[in-house]
Amino acid sequence: MFLKSSRFLSLFALFTFAVGLMPAQAAGTLSVVKKRGYVACGVSQGLPGFSNPDDTGRWTGIDVDLCRAVAAAVFGPGRKYVKFTALSAKERFTALQSGEVDLLARNTTWSMHRDTALGVDFTGVNYYDGQGFMVRKDLGIKSVRELDGASLCTNLGTTTELNAADYFRTNNMQYEIVAFEKADEAVAAYNTGRCDAYTTDQSALYAQRLKLTRPKDHIVLPEIISKEPLGPVVRQGDDQWGDIVRWSHWAMINAEELGVTSRNVKAMAKSKNPAVRRLVGVDGTFGENMGLKAKWAANIITEVGNYGETFERNVGRNTPLGIARGVNALWRDGGLQYAPPIR
Amino acid sequence: MSYFKRRDVLAQLVTAALALLAVSWLVGNVMSNLERQNISTGFGFLSERAGFGINQTLINYNEDDTYFRVLLVGLSNTLLVSTLGVIFASLIGFSVGVARLSSNWLVSRIAMVYVEIFRNVPLLLQIMFWYFGVLRNLPSPRRATAIGDSIFLTNRGLILPWFEAGAGAWVYLPAIGLLIAGFFFMRRRALRSRLLTGAPTPVWRIMAGLALLLVALLYVFVGFPFSADMPALKGFNFRGGLVVIPEFAALLLALSLYTAAFIAEIVRAGIMSVNKGQTEAASALGLPEARTLNLVVLPQALRVIIPPLTSQYLNLTKNSSLAVAIAYPDIVSVFAGTTLTQVGQAVEIIFITMMIYLTLSLLTSFAMNQYNRRVALVGQNT
Repeated sequence: MFLKSSRFLSLFALFTFAVGLMPAQAAGTLSVVKKRGYVACGVSQGLPGFSNPDDTGRWTGIDVDLCRAVAAAVFGPGRKYVKFTALSAKERFTALQSGEVDLLARNTTWSMHRDTALGVDFTGVNYYDGQGFMVRKDLGIKSVRELDGASLCTNLGTTTELNAADYFRTNNMQYEIVAFEKADEAVAAYNTGRCDAYTTDQSALYAQRLKLTRPKDHIVLPEIISKEPLGPVVRQGDDQWGDIVRWSHWAMINAEELGVTSRNVKAMAKSKNPAVRRLVGVDGTFGENMGLKAKWAANIITEVGNYGETFERNVGRNTPLGIARGVNALWRDGGLQYAPPIR
Repeated sequence: MSYFKRRDVLAQLVTAALALLAVSWLVGNVMSNLERQNISTGFGFLSERAGFGINQTLINYNEDDTYFRVLLVGLSNTLLVSTLGVIFASLIGFSVGVARLSSNWLVSRIAMVYVEIFRNVPLLLQIMFWYFGVLRNLPSPRRATAIGDSIFLTNRGLILPWFEAGAGAWVYLPAIGLLIAGFFFMRRRALRSRLLTGAPTPVWRIMAGLALLLVALLYVFVGFPFSADMPALKGFNFRGGLVVIPEFAALLLALSLYTAAFIAEIVRAGIMSVNKGQTEAASALGLPEARTLNLVVLPQALRVIIPPLTSQYLNLTKNSSLAVAIAYPDIVSVFAGTTLTQVGQAVEIIFITMMIYLTLSLLTSFAMNQYNRRVALVGQNT
């Protein structure tokens, strides 16, 4: 009688609930990923050049290529080893902290607060950027200093909001900020004239300009008002996984330095250059030291190419974005992309 | 105590203890996981500098204020749109509900079409429609539509002339409040004395006299510390005056029209619940239709209307959180949106936001229940 009563059922439910709350044992991300069979990657909700689904639903972009590089390092070449999750600016860190994604490649600015207070680690910079402003050409504005009293459209909860506030206050300019949660909504509002200017990272300005009704009617102002080093993010406390993500990016930079491309990587296995041999895994145990196969870097290059290739393919001169290498060139060409040697 | 009573009490004590255990286990689990992952905890972030701007603030706010002030700004914006939404939704809802029962075929059909459309389209789509579909077509500030000399309609908002309050202006607010309260008090006293003695009291004339006296007193002691704040186009936008931003207008419109459709049906149900004999008796006494509705039917219908009406008010308050979709700076947008992303402490912030909505809802239902108690028949269900 008691076993059938509703009182017992509620007690039983409560007990099961309490037991189910026991924290799971922390397992390394690499073993979780290997067991699962794919890397869960957090990307943006659609930023051309960085992470954007094309008309067949396939994701492309610099950040997407970084995720595919990490997956290739762990599993080998193949598109099925990554699953992408579109995240807004608000939910990106909670998704990473909770384990919903293993890697956040979402054009996220590396800042001290994010690095220290959120329980996440930045593993490098795959795109050096800065914040800029886009306005209509017919306003006749040549500089951000002329934007006193303007309305600005921006994305909610990003460093953009803070930087714009700081810049305008420092220069004693008034402004009205209209902050949307989704970048598409912000661009749509700017498009209809709700705001005078749209502000975000300069690379995103070029990307979002493509989505406006008449891209030629808008210009990106020359001033860069902040440093925005964009890079991948992982959870704190898992150094092995952090190393894998860090060195996946650095392998791509080293490959560009050494002239290894997706076309010649197979031939490079027979190279006499010791640096190339270490990169493609013929010499040394660098892959095993991270828990990966020896051909980890060769797989990366096969899958996405070196850093220069992915840059040109996604945001380079022959793409609609048409961004020059600039500060993202290799260190020996005057840029900031510099990787420690694989040795 | 009998055996059965003792067993009941024991079972309830055990259940309560298990529930408490589960809750403390949950909280402890969250705390230890946050610590293990080096995510900062605690409410200390509320005293940190916010550093971002908000485009509609009912209280003074600038970028140097704390996140706690941001919370207050968001809360005031939520309260503003919820209160006005409740008022408009009730007015529109009652009118449409009564119109639905009209004997005029066209009027009742129009009301039915209104209810069916606005009830069945999701609220988020309605908000998007008003914001992106309708208000976007307003002209830019340089080509603003001017009504008179100082009222401008643009896609940045409706700009109205406002006033600037100088020193001592705050006295006017309680003075006006006192006047309004006095008016209601006097009206009740006048009604009671009329029922007892049959002699009417000229309430409006007395109130006019008192108002003049009050204004004279205020002028003598405080002066008139108000100056006009006229809007003027300077560069990109209008400076000065009161700006009603399009985000606020779109949200208010959508919330009011959506909730009014539900309220209309509730009002219709309430009116239909009143015995037909009441209407017939009233018309037999010679009361015209409008009077019958106001004095006989609606007071009785209110007993049926008020409980579901409370739910609709709570729904409206909670639905106002959709403001984040169109960049209206309510509490979800500035606190559980911007602040959450800047600070990163999702658990604490979402908890605070939930508590605030819970408090708002509890206060609303408490007030409505008090009103319900007053209109209920003595002895019937309260």
